[in-house]
Amino acid sequence: MIPVIQCKNVSKTFGGVRALTNIDFEVMPGEVHCLAGENGCGKSTLIKIIAGVCAADPGAKLSLMDQEFETLSPAQARRLGVGVIWQDHALFPEMSVAENIAIESFVGSNAKFVRHRNIEDVAQKVCERLGVSFDLNAKVKTLPIARRQLVAICRTLVSDARIVFMDEPTSSLTRTETQHLLNVVRTLTAENVAVVFVSHRLVEVLEIADRVTVLRDGQKVGVYDASEMSLAKLTEKMTGLTITPAVVGQNTNDNDTVLEVKNISRAGEYKDICFSISRGEVVGIIGLLGAGRTELALSLFGMTRPELGQIYIDGKVVNFRSNQDAIAAGIAYVSEDRLSLGLVQAQSIENNLALTVLDKTLVFGGLLSLKKKKEIVDHWIDELDVKLGNVSDAISTLSGGNQQKIAIAKWLATNPKLLILDAPTVGVDIGAREGIFKIVRDLANKGLSILLISDEVSEVYFNCNRVLHMSGGTLRREFIPACCDFSEMEDAVYGTDI
Amino acid sequence: MTSTNHRNIKYYFEGEVAGLLIFLIAVVVAFSLASPNFLTATNLSSMAIQLPALGLLTLAMLIPILSGGLNLSITYTANMSGLALAWTLQALGGPEAGVEVFVLGCALALTVGALSGFVIGVVVAYTKAHPILVSLSMMILMRGIGEFLSRGKDITGFPKFVQEIGQGAIWGIPIPMLVFIVCAVAWHIILSRTRQGFGTYMLGSNIMATAYSGVATKRNLIVLYTLSGLMCAVAGIVMLSQFNSVRVGHGESFLLITVLACFLGAADPFGGFGRVLPVFLALVILQVLSSGLNILGANQHLSTALWGIFLLAVVILRWAWWRYSAKLKWKLEEPNNE
Repeated sequence: MIPVIQCKNVSKTFGGVRALTNIDFEVMPGEVHCLAGENGCGKSTLIKIIAGVCAADPGAKLSLMDQEFETLSPAQARRLGVGVIWQDHALFPEMSVAENIAIESFVGSNAKFVRHRNIEDVAQKVCERLGVSFDLNAKVKTLPIARRQLVAICRTLVSDARIVFMDEPTSSLTRTETQHLLNVVRTLTAENVAVVFVSHRLVEVLEIADRVTVLRDGQKVGVYDASEMSLAKLTEKMTGLTITPAVVGQNTNDNDTVLEVKNISRAGEYKDICFSISRGEVVGIIGLLGAGRTELALSLFGMTRPELGQIYIDGKVVNFRSNQDAIAAGIAYVSEDRLSLGLVQAQSIENNLALTVLDKTLVFGGLLSLKKKKEIVDHWIDELDVKLGNVSDAISTLSGGNQQKIAIAKWLATNPKLLILDAPTVGVDIGAREGIFKIVRDLANKGLSILLISDEVSEVYFNCNRVLHMSGGTLRREFIPACCDFSEMEDAVYGTDI
Repeated sequence: MTSTNHRNIKYYFEGEVAGLLIFLIAVVVAFSLASPNFLTATNLSSMAIQLPALGLLTLAMLIPILSGGLNLSITYTANMSGLALAWTLQALGGPEAGVEVFVLGCALALTVGALSGFVIGVVVAYTKAHPILVSLSMMILMRGIGEFLSRGKDITGFPKFVQEIGQGAIWGIPIPMLVFIVCAVAWHIILSRTRQGFGTYMLGSNIMATAYSGVATKRNLIVLYTLSGLMCAVAGIVMLSQFNSVRVGHGESFLLITVLACFLGAADPFGGFGRVLPVFLALVILQVLSSGLNILGANQHLSTALWGIFLLAVVILRWAWWRYSAKLKWKLEEPNNE
């Protein structure tokens, strides 16, 4: 059988950074192929090269449909049957489902006048082929995420894709939704369309894939039959490390309560939330995207105000008018969105770290002391063992793991009572995650209370004293990892639909 | 993705001051060789008299640019402040007015300038409207009020000492130039050594992330536009004393030149980066170019065109420098990578 696509000797350098080194990669027709690797290993770069979004370094050879190329343009790639579903789906939220699906037949090299009846016909045909049904006139922004993804899949099929790349397609889906997606994938492969999955949820990868190509640090580790792989083996290939997690079991029941939340609600976000955290306790909140986790955290951090209910800190009721009030009360919040909220990406490492503690560096009634600033920066970089070149470099030059350490350090510098970590491992390599959790445990042992928000059951199971399951804006159930099974928690979380 | 977008600040700005200095020296040497009249006390002092008005307005533009915005109302705010001073002088004695009236007028002028900036700041901070839109409205408002009240005429007839301030010198340095240097130093300290300045840079790069870190971004915006307005008022007072008159349209053509000077001085058009010293050097270079060409007898318009060429050249050189240093960095690090 001839591969749908065959890449040989693909390398890519960005500025001075080598993202890919001599990668060979091929996909057979009708195959489900998984591209696995940690963040920053070069998966996305490889997809971008195949889709023609960026050009490989000279010397690469891409073979598609018996033709050879060194580089492709996006239009060429689409014409030759390469379809990509980007992680954010790249849909037009204000346009209808039909328009989104049919858009490629009306733009591009052979664009015609747009005829609206045609649009619906085109969209309808693709939906039938895939066995899905939509209200074709609904605006895409009104659809839930799982449905939007199906729209994106339909769109690639309009242009007769023979190979479909899906970048992290399941990261925001519940288990039922994932199963539905996998069924769609099976429909595609039955038609001899090849599907390339890029996913970090390794369980699904192994469930559906025929073969797995593993990348690490821009190099190919190997191609494996999925049937021969186990979860542990795959993780090891991806990270080069063997990781054996263990449950932390520490009793903090006797400590004083730091935070207590009584019946807080905010319309459309969360409802009737009650819980408390004692000193030195790590409490997890597990829930899928859209469960209201972040909205709840933002209210605890003073960014929004609960409409009902009370928040107590050290037994005293608080009423935050802004996050400055919350910070003054000892609450720190590490955002899930490190790129646009957690850190000021363009600015230097030292400025990011000092931003929360400028008050501590003032001398002569209001002038910043560069010496004091440097002391604080050096102290925390040393304390959290951040690997960096120069503190005046932009924070974006750091790896995800080291960026996250700075994002945590800038809050530890404020000497908080409660640290809220919102999805702290997003964009952090598996290898570096352990480092983050080690910091979390050390902090808890020193008496800091931590609220750990996550959508990965394994993260909260292995790192929390207690776990609260949140879904649809309310807390459903409390788990004590020391007294419950991992699979019990996993079923509860991934088993429910939003 | 992000790391490639944000380039590396260090490489982008390293050698910025050195580069401008080298360029400045080159231009000065070239003009002195071309004309014996260039490096003379007369020419140097005439440059030092011309520079401050543009320089002060550039400082007023710099802080909003660092915050990722713009203040398009600077020239009219400056002249409105000048008008406030002029009316105070006229109402309280005209040519016979005393120094205390001048001081009172200056206080009033500073208040008018600060108020103009304050209003822009409040609207930008609370409505999140784009500063271009807000300051453009303020510009039109200032121009309209100014023209209405002054009937578009020159206001003159000030006490003699006002002109002496504007055209006098201390230790051979024109007083307006001294004012400009003091203001530039003050700006440098505010930007590099105060919480306000630190916050301005940070919110210029990402206002949401800065707000999440507990910085009062609304207050910062209001203060920074108020500072910009205050600096406009200083420029207005200096212009009044130099020209010995006020007209609403004075220095209109400076507006875009101030933006140009900020970019020449390596202020990032998207906010977050830029320092006073390189901007100061850029202003001196612009002044040298225009005075030098003037001495050589070149047409005034030609010198404006040369400013444009100069800016384009700087943009291209900066890009080339960035490419070069990124490659250099890679070559240096490659042995460790392999």
